[in-house]
Amino acid sequence: MFAEETLKTFEQIVARYPVKRSALIPILHEVQARHGYLTQGAMAAVAEYLGLHPVEVAETASFYDLLHLRPVGRHLILFCHNLSCTLLGAERVLAHLERRLGIRVGETTPDGLFTLRRMECLASCGTAPVMQVNGEYHENLTEAMVDEIVDRLRRQD
Amino acid sequence: MEKVLLKRAETPGYTGSLAEYEAQGGYQGLAKALREYQPEALIELVKRSGLRGRGGAGFPAGMKWGFIPKAPGPKYLCCNADESEPGTFKDRQLIEQDPHQLLEGILIACYAVGILTAYIYCRGEFALGYRTLDRALQEARAAGYIGRDILGSGVDIEVHLHRGAGAYICGEETGLIESLEGKRGQPRLKPPFPALEGLYRRPTVVNNVETLCNLPHIVVRGAEWFAGIGTPKSTGPRLYSVSGHVQRPGNYELPINVSLRELIFTHAGGMRDGRRLKAVIPGGSSAPVLTDQHLDVTMDFESLATAGSMGGSGGVIVMDETTCMVRVGEIVTRFYHHESCGQWTQCREGTAWLHKALARIERGQGRPGDLETLLDVCDNMKGKTICVLSDAAAMPVESYLKYFRDEFEQHIRDRACPLRGAAGF
Repeated sequence: MFAEETLKTFEQIVARYPVKRSALIPILHEVQARHGYLTQGAMAAVAEYLGLHPVEVAETASFYDLLHLRPVGRHLILFCHNLSCTLLGAERVLAHLERRLGIRVGETTPDGLFTLRRMECLASCGTAPVMQVNGEYHENLTEAMVDEIVDRLRRQD
Repeated sequence: MEKVLLKRAETPGYTGSLAEYEAQGGYQGLAKALREYQPEALIELVKRSGLRGRGGAGFPAGMKWGFIPKAPGPKYLCCNADESEPGTFKDRQLIEQDPHQLLEGILIACYAVGILTAYIYCRGEFALGYRTLDRALQEARAAGYIGRDILGSGVDIEVHLHRGAGAYICGEETGLIESLEGKRGQPRLKPPFPALEGLYRRPTVVNNVETLCNLPHIVVRGAEWFAGIGTPKSTGPRLYSVSGHVQRPGNYELPINVSLRELIFTHAGGMRDGRRLKAVIPGGSSAPVLTDQHLDVTMDFESLATAGSMGGSGGVIVMDETTCMVRVGEIVTRFYHHESCGQWTQCREGTAWLHKALARIERGQGRPGDLETLLDVCDNMKGKTICVLSDAAAMPVESYLKYFRDEFEQHIRDRACPLRGAAGF
């Protein structure tokens, strides 16, 4: 299931802990980085690798917002809707972004390029409103800025 | 006040590399600790400094260390880098801009408590912070600050980086430990506390990023210097994250007992657009709200507690007169509802009830008796669950009703939000 190089990375992760299961979330991150999301097959293979029951992997994976059990678009947009961002217009910018992408929050564009999600506080309240795209921060957002970001990502692909 | 924790981070051009950190006095605290202090004496030093945890609870750091049994066997340190209390963004700056300061603090804490292995539990969303810490760890290991026989002292300490995956509750220390063990981040019943049974059921210290970053400075400059800042019970500098309707949001490093007025009006530049301050949350969204009547309150733990709120995480959210407090309640409770781990009924159901009722009132569908129901639900959520998330959802709602009850009643009476749409809210 896993390439030799991937298994080497897994071994390095496992070596950090006296108990193998501690490597579970870091390994799931590695698998997800390679496949975009966690398939049932991949989770079963991780379970076998760590000597866990598949249910133990599933119960952990299903708890965390950043572990995806269903496919996500190539660009994952996490839009903060917590208090400091909302005070400075996050809902207005988010509504604009929905129109721009032609999808609602929680959906993926038909071309598979963008998934849009609401997110709780991203620890960037001093530069609100804020979103993360593929883990990178975009701060002090305006409607014009999100247009520009979406256009740039579309051109890249 | 002269900057301490942010001094290097806010120096133009500073990249946080090991060479630059060393050039500005970096790792001299660790060297001094190893050279001049027995572990016990180091714990005493930190106790004398009065350093209290900067993550939320404000527990004295030296006392926390003192609870760790002396018996041989594995012990662990977990650095809580899972910053996710709404309104708080100081640990992220410390991690991204001066990672070696944190590593030095971790190493000093490990030496003081006799810990050989530390884990940094880094919030899953902090992609840049994770890369920065990873690079810093490699530099520190190559330079002999981490690993075997550190600086020729005979002391061995290993530090590992662990990435979380997005769950506020993993900032709670036993939730963090469960998550680090590869499980759902569901807090444990206490006692036993982590000092006796923590990671892998072994004695464990859990300290926040900012708390640990203070240690090199305390070692180099002394406990008396640190205790000379602030009040007798709340000492040292503190990072305040200011956000919301202020002119200059950002992190401000100030004596812990700065007043709300000075913080907001001198440092953060006052209110935007000449508007009036209506409400301020002084310690992250779990903290009860204060109003313009409280501006002369100082931010030390005791004064905020006396004023009916708490120092919490140091996240200060400022709101002007266009802000609807029902909507604030709706947003804040939506967060706790989403983040409740679901183990305990009062928390799981209570956060849902609060959010549903507040959303309904905000939409103009409130009913007579709703406010009494809200307060009754809050009462059932406090002090009755495994961890304080439930309390953290209930206390703010009670405070909004305490100071802004008229506004809630008006929503129910008029079947509408009087401030809907104001300020893009």
